[in-house]
Formats: sequence, structure tokens, C-alpha cells
Amino acid sequence: MSIEMTKAETPGVPLLEVRDLHVEFRTREGAAKAVNGVSYSVDAGETLAVLGESGSGKSVTAQTIMGILDTPPGRVTGGQILYRGEDLLTLPEEARRRVRGDKIAMIFQDALSALNPVLTVGNQLGEMFRVHRGFSRKAAKAKAVELMDRVRIPAAKERVNDYPHQFSGGMRQRIMIAMALALEPDVIIADEPTTALDVTVQAQVMDLLAELQRDFHMGLILITHDLGVVADVADKIAVMYAGRIVENAPVHELYKRPAHPYTRGLLDSIPRLDHKGKELYAIKGLPPSLTAIPSGCAFNPRCAMAQDICRTDVPAQVDVTERDGSPLGGRSSACHFWKETIHG
Amino acid sequence: MGRYVARRLLQMIPVFIGSTFIIFMMMYALPGDPIRALWGERAPDHAQMAAMREELGLNDHILKQYWDYLLGLLQGDFGTQIRSRREVTEVIGDALPATLRLTVMAFSIIVVVGIGLGLVAGLRAGRKTDTAILFVTLLLISLPVFVIGYLYQTYPGQQWGWITPVVQDSENWGDLLLPALALASLSLAYVARLTRSSIVENRRADYMRTAKAKGLTRTRAVRVHLLRNSLIPVVTFLGVNLGELMTGAIVTEGIFNIHGIGRLVYSALNEREGATVVGVVSFVIVVYLVVALIVDLLYAVLDPRIRYA
Amino acid sequence: MPDALEKEAVPTAGGPATVAVVEAGPAPGRARSLWSDAWRDLRRKPTFVIPAFVIALLLVMAAFPGWFTSVSPREADLANNFLREPELTHFFSPEWLGYNQQGQSIYARMIYGTRASIVIGISVTALVLVFGSLVGMLAGYFGGWIDGLLSRVIDIFLGIPFLLGAMVVLVSFDTRTEWTVILALAFLGWTTIARVMRGSVISIKQSDYVVAARSLGAGTWRILLRHVLPNAAAPVIVVAMIALGGYITAEAVLSFLGIGLTEPAISWGGDINRAGGQIRTASFLLLYPSLLLGITILSFLMLGDAVRDALDPKLR
Repeated sequence: MSIEMTKAETPGVPLLEVRDLHVEFRTREGAAKAVNGVSYSVDAGETLAVLGESGSGKSVTAQTIMGILDTPPGRVTGGQILYRGEDLLTLPEEARRRVRGDKIAMIFQDALSALNPVLTVGNQLGEMFRVHRGFSRKAAKAKAVELMDRVRIPAAKERVNDYPHQFSGGMRQRIMIAMALALEPDVIIADEPTTALDVTVQAQVMDLLAELQRDFHMGLILITHDLGVVADVADKIAVMYAGRIVENAPVHELYKRPAHPYTRGLLDSIPRLDHKGKELYAIKGLPPSLTAIPSGCAFNPRCAMAQDICRTDVPAQVDVTERDGSPLGGRSSACHFWKETIHG
Repeated sequence: MGRYVARRLLQMIPVFIGSTFIIFMMMYALPGDPIRALWGERAPDHAQMAAMREELGLNDHILKQYWDYLLGLLQGDFGTQIRSRREVTEVIGDALPATLRLTVMAFSIIVVVGIGLGLVAGLRAGRKTDTAILFVTLLLISLPVFVIGYLYQTYPGQQWGWITPVVQDSENWGDLLLPALALASLSLAYVARLTRSSIVENRRADYMRTAKAKGLTRTRAVRVHLLRNSLIPVVTFLGVNLGELMTGAIVTEGIFNIHGIGRLVYSALNEREGATVVGVVSFVIVVYLVVALIVDLLYAVLDPRIRYA
Repeated sequence: MPDALEKEAVPTAGGPATVAVVEAGPAPGRARSLWSDAWRDLRRKPTFVIPAFVIALLLVMAAFPGWFTSVSPREADLANNFLREPELTHFFSPEWLGYNQQGQSIYARMIYGTRASIVIGISVTALVLVFGSLVGMLAGYFGGWIDGLLSRVIDIFLGIPFLLGAMVVLVSFDTRTEWTVILALAFLGWTTIARVMRGSVISIKQSDYVVAARSLGAGTWRILLRHVLPNAAAPVIVVAMIALGGYITAEAVLSFLGIGLTEPAISWGGDINRAGGQIRTASFLLLYPSLLLGITILSFLMLGDAVRDALDPKLR
């Protein structure tokens, strides 16, 4: 298949593109619509941050891209996942398996539970080469040491025979990164890669990830609920709410001028030094249940700007422009009142 | 590791002394008289009875008797059978090979079939295969070993004529198949259920999702990642179970007419042959304790998170 | 009322509030809502309802065997009924399941044999629960030398093979009633419960609400009875329920070996043993009592399984 061969980038075709993806979960209360028409894309050397609360569908989208969604209860009900222009969802399972780990790799949130507790880290890292490249046990182990060096684990040669529980949280996450990096994939999906770590370690791991992404010229999809994490590393941001993308923007644009009330709420709820002593803003209410998403704009019950139209019509994703109508590159919002939000 | 083993071996000593003491007391302090039992229905010869009591030390205080017995055990002397005047070690030695063969065979069946069924059921959890396997295991658990023994003897043995129903030659592995199956049934069912629930639990573990994300084939993910994690609790059960298999052999050996440890202890009990009973039980206790230690060590091999200091 | 208790159990942020909640007794609240949740879950599940119904029926059979058959299980008519074949269409009549080699009705003997199995199973479980829980709770809660000593005693009893040990005790008695068997099985069986209880208490002892109660100066017995016991009870009761089936099996095996109940007591195990000799000519002798024994054991096991699944929040 073409996937195995083409390494050169085809102009005009994004490296990885999600198009109008729909995913449902069967539950006792009926179908939970976890992902409702998500579209985003990432190119080589680019970092896309997908931002959202838990339950917003950001992780489910990632798992669908990887093809590791539990089916059942999960089910893809529509859309495409295009890798170099080819739809992964229509590939036979065996071809899809060969893409996983090799072309598209994933970093999980909690490395302690994501690594197998009873196998050495060397064994688990080497497995990538043994399965996808047919390496011998010995050669795979040498590669594992090399990788551990690459993610700056001290004394890699000795520690390659240790088990996951013998490493600190930060070191374990470096091993996860090394594992994703092993076969130099085109795209890495990092699902909350620093959430489980101490604050002091978070920055180190994030910097390492950003550095490796630059060096290997990979596409990086960074999934997080933490606005602070993405500011320095991401190129563009997609904000998700209740299974939809509500706003797309280049990272600094978004911080300066959010074009969706939800994004603005998120930004306002970050504690800031210059606001010391003032009460912290919090978006009122709770995210909706996925089995009973509000009609119209899913955010309307929590939105201070909501009008009647918000309760009846689902807002379309529209390009955001300057006040005078001149285009703002790469910006879109799914809000009936985006003008009021960004300019007013 | 070495220090841990040494400490465990030391801890075994009081447990062994305590267990044998309880068995010894139950055998000798409770009513019933092994010397009187030698005469059966006939009128006993009182002078001869007194002489035998003196010779076997049965007139000493019970604690003194136990002390002497314990000293004997330390030198590998398990006492003397009253009726035949043979060494109990020799009597056990004669009966042991048959039981050992039976137990080894049953144990292999438990491991292979039990884990196999559990794996299949666990991977197909909630489907028809799973339900069928769960039903069979429930059936095996709810039928006591003697019922299963008779069923096996009646149907494949006598009615259909597939296998010899009674063991003529305990050195013939084919003859032992039926009794080994009967003996294995209960534990096999437990092992299958335990393996199943362990597989079901671990199947959803995060590391299994990682395995999939790494692009492993399903076979490899199950073989390398799932099985090893799932078997940890099963190994513990198997170890505890080995001691119980030897007890279970009493019934199985009776039904299938195998001259092993089970038959030996059963007839010794009915004849109130204290030395033989206590000897066999002491032997089983030693096996039980040693296996428990081996299982603990194996546990550490399987699960690197466990460290013995 | 359960609703109010559940609300109290919700952990509140902030120090003083938490302490107040602890004093109000979140431990029994949690335990109680655990049980009521489980009950709500169970009464809809066939894997619970069916065995529960069978067990209820068995209890009635054990208490009032006369309701189920008009003939005495000891009435023997060798002349007319020697090994008479079952009349499978004559439901609940004496000849329904045939006659044994003494000319006694197998059906009547099965009905009257229920009592031995049920009484022994339940009594052993009750004794083991009381004694094993007590030892396990003391060992787990006080730790130190008390735990060291009690754990060694538990180890010693665990070292004795269960069935073999019971045989050694029982063979000493020439006549063995239900009570002889009950005491012998309980004497050797309490360690299972003690071990589970000890483990359960050790983990609860370290939980926040017990630590909080202790820091507020609650007395040892108050903590044990109000906080530890209700929360430790669930795993212990589940193990006991499953063990109950095992005790019934043990009684049957012992009676089968001729070391259990002695005549004139009626026991399924004993009848099955006597049937073994006739296995070629009259397999019905073996079949029906075995079937009832199997159903009984199965019911208790399934009940225990269902309760365990309902109480285990991880499996929900």
C-alpha cells in the first residue's frame, strides 16, 4: 500500500487529517455521542494542541485515530481519518496495525499503568523493533539503550533491565516518549503527557517532547486540558466542547482574542498574579452528559451571552475575520455571536 | 533472597511442630484404642495388650509420647506400624509412587486444561463460549469428587468402554487417566474461573491499550502481555491446591482401587493405626509447607514488584 | 433514611467539616448503602434469585420434611420394594425415584437427608464466622505480638489438610451425630475466615475515617464495632457463603467415606456410598441423591458468587 512507501510530502495534502468524525458509545442510558463532527489536521513539524475538559471527546478522537478504541462499546458512525490522503478507517485491520506505532504513535497520560508492570523497560522498548522491524533480541536491546539515552535517562545501559516501578514518574514518562519515538513515526499523539507528573518535572518532559518533535520533524497532536502547558509549544489550538470543536486559532491569537465564550471562560479561569486577591472566575455549571447534549449550541446553558437562537440552532463553524472583514488566517469559531465575543 | 528463604524455613519449624502436635493429640488423646482394635470382634488378650502398650510407649504421658515422636521425626523416623511392625517410612515409601503419579497427572491436567479454558472464556467474555465454559465449571464445582468419580467410572469406563474403569496397574499412565481426571475436576474448575476473571480484569488494563497502540498483533499482546500478568493469582492458587490434591486422593484412590497414600491413611484411620496416620499427615504437611514456599518464590519471579528482603 | 446517610458519607472539603462527618458515623453509613445498593442490584439478577429460591425450598425441606412425603425414610419393605425401579411419572410419591436395597423410598430418604446437609452447612458457617471473625479482628486491629501469636496459630491450623484433619477427629467417635461433625469441621475451618477478616481489618484500620475517629478519642471497642466491623463484613460474609457449599461437600464426602454421620442419621453422602456398590445394576440409587446434593452445593456457590459481584464496586 502507498502508506508503506511514501515518505515524501505531497503538497496540499495534510500529513494527518480528521474529517467530520463521529463516535458513539453504547451505554445503558442510550447512545453517548462522544465525538460529533470533529475536523482537524496536523502537518509535519507542526504542533496542534487539542484543548478541552474531560469528557469533551478529545481523548476519544485520539483513540479513534490510533484505532485503539474499544469496540464495542465504542463505534465510529461517520467521518474519515486521512493519513497522507488515505482513509485509515477503511484499511483492513492488519494494514492498520502496521501503521500503529510505526507511522503514528501515542504517548499516554499515566506511564505507570500504561507500561506493563512485569516486563523490563528494555524489553518493552525493544518490542517495537522486534515486531515492526524483525530485530533480534540483542539488537533490539541495543536500540532500547540508545533510545533511553536519547530521552536522557541516566545510566541507560544499567537501567535497561529495570522494571517500570523502579523509575520515578518523570523517568517513566520519558520511557513512554522513547517508546513512541522508537520507529521515528510521522505523527505522535500525546494524551495529557504531563498531567500525572509533579509540576517541576512537567516542564522538563514538555521541553524534551518539543525538542524531539523539532529534531525529527514530526507532527504532534498534544491533547490537554491545561492552557498553561500548550502556550509555549503549540502552533495552533483546537478547543473542544461536548464532542465538537468550538474554536480553531493560532496559539497566540487565541490567548489574545478568544472568539468563543467557552474559550474566554477557560482563559479567565486561569489564576494570574496581577489578579491576586480577587475572586477567581469559574465557568458556571457542569459539562453536559453525552447522552443528553443540549439542543442548539451545547454550551448554551452555561453561556452568559446565550440568546434564543443558541437554544435552537447549532452554530456552524465560520471563519473569523477582523472588524472590517479582512481575513484572520486559520481562525474559526462555532458561535452565533463570535463577533461580539472577539470584537465587543 | 537467600535470607528470605532462610527466614521462611525457620518460620516453618513452629508451624510444623504445631500442626503435627494437633494431629498427634487428636489421634491419641481422643477416645478409641488402636491396640484393642487389633482384636476386632474377638475378646482381647489383656496381658498381650499391656505388653504391646509398654513396648510402643503408649503408657507414657501423652506429651512425653509426642516429644519422643518429634525426636524421632528429626532423625527421619516416622514411627512403627502397629499391626505389621514395619517402619512407617517404609510403608509410606511403598504407597507414595502411585499417589505421586496420580497427583502429577491430575496437576498437569489442572494446569493445561484449567488455564486453557479460563483463557478462552476470558477472551470471549460475555459470549456463548464463555457462558458454556462457566456452566461446565459450575457443574464440576458443585459435584463432590466421589460423584464425579462414579460418573466417570460408569459412563466412559463401563457403559461406553473407552477406558478401564478400575486401575489394575498404577504404573500404567493410561489406567490412571480416569482417576486423575476425577481428582482434577474441582481444582480445574476453580483454576479456569480464576484465570477467566483475571484475564477479564487485565484485558482492560492500560498496558494492554499500550500494547495495541504499539502495533502488536493480538496474539502477541495476549501471549506476552496479558497472560503473564493474569497468571500471577493463578499460580498462588495452584500452590495451595497441591496439598489439597493429596487429600482428595483419599476418595479417588478408594473409588478406583489405587494402592496409594490415600488408601493407606484411610485404612489406617479405620484401624486406629496412630503412627501411620500421624506419619502420613506429617508428610503431607511438609509437602504443603515446602510447596507454599516455592510458590512464594515463584510469585516474586512472575511479579517483579514483589521484593523479598 | 439511607439517603441521608449517603449524603453524610460524601467527603466534604475542609478540615472541620470532615471531622464532624466522621463523628456522625460515615462508616456504618457507607456500609449500609453498600448493602442496599447490592440488594437493589441482586433482586433483579436471575443468578441470585434462582439459587435464593432453591435455598429457601431446601430450608423448608430441612425444617418440615413431612410436608413433602408421607412415608418414613426408614420404613423398609424388602419383599415388595427391593431395588424397585423409579416411576418417573408418579411425582412426589414414594416410588417416584425408586427404592434402595433395603426397600426404602429413595425420594423420602432424599427429603429427610436434606436436614443433615443444611444444618451442618449453616451451623459450621455460623460457628466459623463468629470465631474466625473474632480472631481475625483482634489480630488485624491490635497488630504487634497479638497479631504475631494469632497469625502463627492460624498458620498452624492452615497447615493441617482440612478433610484429613476432620477424618482424624471424627474417626475417634463411635457414634457421630450432626454436632460431632459440626464441631470437627468448625475446629479446622475457622482459619479461612480469620485470615480474610485480618486482611480486611488491616486495610480499614489505615483508612481516614478510622484514623479520624481514633484521633477524636473514640474507644477501641467503639471503633471496632461501629467503624471496623461493618466495613470489614462484606468480604468475610462472601467468603463464608462460598465456604458453606464447601462444608456441605465436606459432610457428604465424610459420610461417603463412612467417617461422617452414623446410622440412624440419614445423609446423602452415606446413601451415595451405599449406592456405589450397585452402580452397575441400579444407577438410579446414585443418580438422584447426587443430583440433589449437586443442586444444593451449586445454589450456595452461586448465591455467594452473586453477592460477591454485587458487593464488589470494581466490577460494576
